[in-house]
Amino acid sequence: MSDSTIDLRGVMCPINFVKTKLKLEAMNPGEILEVILDSGDPIQNVPKSIKEEGHKIVEVKKEGDFFRLKVQRS
Amino acid sequence: MTDHFIEDKTTKVTVAVDNTGAQKVDFNDLKSGGFIKQRQKDLFTVRLRCPGGRLSTEKLLEISKIAHKYSKKGVVHFSFRQSLEILYVDYKEFSNVVAELEKIGQKVASCGPRVRVPTACGGCEYNPNGLTDTQKMADMVDKTFFGTPTPHKFKTSFSGCPIDCARTKEMDMGFQGVVDPTWEEESCTGCTICSEACKEDAIASDPDTGKPIFDPVKCLFCGDCIRACPTEAWKPKRYGHIVRIGGKHGRHPMEAVEVCSFLPDEKVPEAIKMTIDWYNANGKRGERIGNALKRVGLDNYLKYMEPVFQNTAKAGA
Repeated sequence: MSDSTIDLRGVMCPINFVKTKLKLEAMNPGEILEVILDSGDPIQNVPKSIKEEGHKIVEVKKEGDFFRLKVQRS
Repeated sequence: MTDHFIEDKTTKVTVAVDNTGAQKVDFNDLKSGGFIKQRQKDLFTVRLRCPGGRLSTEKLLEISKIAHKYSKKGVVHFSFRQSLEILYVDYKEFSNVVAELEKIGQKVASCGPRVRVPTACGGCEYNPNGLTDTQKMADMVDKTFFGTPTPHKFKTSFSGCPIDCARTKEMDMGFQGVVDPTWEEESCTGCTICSEACKEDAIASDPDTGKPIFDPVKCLFCGDCIRACPTEAWKPKRYGHIVRIGGKHGRHPMEAVEVCSFLPDEKVPEAIKMTIDWYNANGKRGERIGNALKRVGLDNYLKYMEPVFQNTAKAGA
């Protein structure tokens, strides 16, 4: 279960990360955000940036050409 | 007392400027400082010593005042080796320029056959890819080895990661940051992010469990897997440098050869010192270390360096 979802398919780096960050900042600590990311650059970059911000990636699922991440707001 | 030498590349005549500002001609063209003759009569470029291309904003403000005062054209140039150069300076004003620069703690760089100012990328201090503190290392090399006489120029650089912005493959001696990754099965959830994050196909995912299958031969030791891993199953085991020797650019570029695959920070000064000693003992005047290595043989160098490079097991081993 997630509290909110952001679909970033087709969104370029680093805008996808900035959108994730803004979304997380609008949420309460401990809440879960579902992030949908393309494979390639986005999945290579966005998770490490989320981690560096101190949030926790609690689940990662690959679905064909994209990834579904569950991120817990710090 | 002579405190600076000026190199005139077209005539090979060297002029010495003493502390009183009086000039006399000196033919000792070996000891040239950071003054480079321009096309224009009496005008020279003054090359400043900026290890790693880093300056405090405070110093930069003061340098810009001095540059504005002494550059006849009011221009500076960022050199290819990260040093700031004040252009169009009249040689008659060298003593004053140097004195004013000294007052703010800014030194003049060098040219000629000696250890040059090291270059470096941003490194791990603020660059997310950075694995080593390249700025700290460049500062150390500048303080310890700058100006040491060698048979020909001796350029060093530090890159913080395998992207190698500081072009260690083109240096007489280059150091490129690496990290040895290690994986713990207990914390791995099989999410497959690491295999996606790896740009080298060094990590495959097990089709059943999603857990990584690591191929150290393909690994560049960049640490992307460590940064991407959500559960810290990938961790840094140790950080160090790949050491490369004998690279150069210029008319006849040469690619440096890797002589050590994992040298820890604390062994870098010794590695440079020993390499300079080997170069001074084996290099001919005017011969870059890459050519000396070709002539004398890489084995000779490696044997000499054994005390420093031994027990530096390859990353991923």
